[in-house]
Amino acid sequence: MSYLTSGSTTGLAIRRMSATKEPVLDIKDQEQLGILVDISSCTGCKACEVACIQWHDLNPPIATEEELRENGFSYQSAPDLAANLFMLMKYQEAETDRGWTWFITKRQCMHCDDPGCLTACPSPGAIVQYANGVVDFDQSKCIGCGMCRTGCPFDIPRYDANDHPFKCNFCLDRVGNGLVPACAKACPTNALHFGTRADMVELGHKVVAGLKDRGFPNAALYDSAGVGGAGYVYALPHGDKVEHYGDLPKDPAISSLVHLWKGPLKWIGGAAILGSIAAMFMHLVTAGPKTVEAHGKEE
Amino acid sequence: MDLTRRGFLKLTAGTAVGAGALGFDTRPAEAAVPALKVSAARVSKNVCVYCSVSCGVLVYSQTDGSMNAKARAIHVEGNPDDPVNRGTLCPKGASIIDQINNPMRVTKPMHRKAGSSEYEETTWDFALDRIAKLIKETRDRGFQATDDKGQTVNRVVNMATVIGSQTGNEEGYLGVKLNRALGLVPLETPARI
Repeated sequence: MSYLTSGSTTGLAIRRMSATKEPVLDIKDQEQLGILVDISSCTGCKACEVACIQWHDLNPPIATEEELRENGFSYQSAPDLAANLFMLMKYQEAETDRGWTWFITKRQCMHCDDPGCLTACPSPGAIVQYANGVVDFDQSKCIGCGMCRTGCPFDIPRYDANDHPFKCNFCLDRVGNGLVPACAKACPTNALHFGTRADMVELGHKVVAGLKDRGFPNAALYDSAGVGGAGYVYALPHGDKVEHYGDLPKDPAISSLVHLWKGPLKWIGGAAILGSIAAMFMHLVTAGPKTVEAHGKEE
Repeated sequence: MDLTRRGFLKLTAGTAVGAGALGFDTRPAEAAVPALKVSAARVSKNVCVYCSVSCGVLVYSQTDGSMNAKARAIHVEGNPDDPVNRGTLCPKGASIIDQINNPMRVTKPMHRKAGSSEYEETTWDFALDRIAKLIKETRDRGFQATDDKGQTVNRVVNMATVIGSQTGNEEGYLGVKLNRALGLVPLETPARI
């Protein structure tokens, strides 16, 4: 049995913060939240997108005819995510064993259990993972380095004119106050299910089993195992063709470069700096201070 | 303030040490729940304007009801108590706030006189009288009591009616009654046009 919790009594508990190593001591036990995107039920109406735009008071640019043409006359309302467009419905047509099919995907931050953005971020507290699994950016602590997009396996964060990143925050204000995220509330075909992640995975397996019974033998649950599971879980009717579902990577994982940069290279760099300081000191001890010979000037 | 280079460096170092000692605690703590943007808003129930499904919507407006606080819609959501949509909305309904706050929205009856290219504001009294008069005239011109075979039909062939999509049972009943009494055959709603 899992419980949905809000941010009552003591506020939202924090699980992890970027560039901060302190262990988290928290009296609250909060379940990781999740949304199941049942793509077999999705009609691609974009109600979630509109609800998201409206709740967050965004005003994203409307795609021009040229942009739409470049996208192959897609149904998409914008070519790509933007700093002021947190989620986007992606449409792709591809051939399957059941003929040509629309591959519709809801694209936004996945709220990974092991977030690549948080791992890569060098600024303390700029990226926060709450105990309920929501990953959020604190733009006031951001230094605008752009490492979060490098670290993100799904290539989600988008930057405004100040190089500050923006993305879906799982409607932290809504879930913290006991409401359902705006997209999940609006969905008229019940393709978006909101609950704890554990429940959503369980429900997702049921949906996939049902799809397999109904003639989709390749149906699969997209659960982002490479990042420890994510808040967003997808039930894909054509699980063998993940690459057609928007830009979902087949096996999402944090780039090894990020681990190298945040792990060994950090220590090697630190050691190199300390080493050079020590070498300078040793030079002072062994060779003595540098003396400047007075020339051309009489004291 | 006379600041030498040496003094400036001393001051900078002192400030850095002081800031480190006084605070900037980076230990994770509990974060306050962000405030809900509609927490102080007034909620009113309404029906979506667009199609004949007539989804229930909750309109959140930023006002405490006082005389000088002009109400302005800040958010629209599906009404969970409405049996039609049970809290959900389609993209058109979800974007209805732009219809409410649309500066181009027509809020008064408008009249374009014959031969004119401009709409002018007018009154409801004038508009209703004018509409009634024109309906009567048009009906008199297009009324057929019998068809080609001599069967009684009592129909009007030169008019059609578009009844509002969001009318409920009772208004819809009255609308059909009125139009059938006039003898109109085609009745429509904007949803299918």
